[in-house]
Amino acid sequence: MSNEALDAFINFAYLIAAIFFIVGLKGLTHPRTAVRGNYLGGTGMLIAVVATLLHRDIVDPKLIFAGIAIGAVIGGVLAVKIDMKVVPQLVATFNGFGGIASVFVAGAEAVRDTESEVVATQTLVALVASGIIGAVTFWGSLVAIGKFSELDFLDRLKFPVGQWLNAFLALLLLLPAAWCINGTQPVMAYWLVVLVASILGVSLVVRIGGADMPVVVALLNSLSGLAAAATGFVLQNNILIITGALVGASGLILTQIMCRAMNRTLVSVLFTSFGTDGSSSQDDA
Amino acid sequence: MEILVIGLTIFALASFVGFEVITKIPATLHTPLMSGSNAISGIILTGAVIAAGSEKSTTATVLGFIAVILATVNVVGGFFVTHRMLAMFRKKD
Repeated sequence: MSNEALDAFINFAYLIAAIFFIVGLKGLTHPRTAVRGNYLGGTGMLIAVVATLLHRDIVDPKLIFAGIAIGAVIGGVLAVKIDMKVVPQLVATFNGFGGIASVFVAGAEAVRDTESEVVATQTLVALVASGIIGAVTFWGSLVAIGKFSELDFLDRLKFPVGQWLNAFLALLLLLPAAWCINGTQPVMAYWLVVLVASILGVSLVVRIGGADMPVVVALLNSLSGLAAAATGFVLQNNILIITGALVGASGLILTQIMCRAMNRTLVSVLFTSFGTDGSSSQDDA
Repeated sequence: MEILVIGLTIFALASFVGFEVITKIPATLHTPLMSGSNAISGIILTGAVIAAGSEKSTTATVLGFIAVILATVNVVGGFFVTHRMLAMFRKKD
């Protein structure tokens, strides 16, 4: 098959996979169709991964099969054997893994691209977005696992400067981000972006109370979708963009629904300790 | 540039589908839905497969390989644990 025909075939398979994901998600919202919805999602994933193996950039699939085998054993054993009481931690773990995988995929693409050619600005913007969102998802999920497990030291980590630290870190993030998008040394700048975003991920979640963690994990799930979509813009890969947007948007709606079920608003969950740590005394400033 | 516009188009449309697909959900399905959509966000596995399979640079291949493992844990673990949750509800009914 010619490269064009192959690309068309892969993209067609991606369309089928996307339909499976949409119908699967829809199924998961009704008690009667939930099990089938989960199967449909799994089938969509199988189609997407098999189609990707035909990608023209793939030289030797041996390493891929080895990685999939290792990951499948770890994931399968964890999911089947683990005590149902620690399922929240498990879901947060899986979610974090997805987030950090986005960071690595975008990082790999940065190395690959910048060695051979000048990279377009929009690709670098997408790269920075993948790094930020993926790293925040990973570290946020790790802190959420600790909160679920009631690790007390995390509560002592609430820094006195509180919300101001988050604002500072977000501003600090602009420096390596601009450096990366500027394009002179994008790979090194990218890992700096990831480093600062990692600290931000910890400091954002560490101040949220343990009772709100289910909502936080739902939000982080939405973010891991957005990280995948951003990576899709780096790789110019349709299934990543479609599925990432799908999970990002549906995850956000689910987060809101879960907030409402707990009589909370998303803003109150995220910024609840604002004002309780002395920072509100600057109202007049 | 045209590729970027196509990408943004499908991103926007897929986001709307994502917003619309979630409507009324019984509270018992909140966690399974979150877990199921988390498994679907393991779609980054396709990106990891491309990164691990192309042999332009050793660093990229190593990063891709690690990403394949992590994303597969996300996908396989996610779908299995969702199935277990749903099976648990069924027993209760």
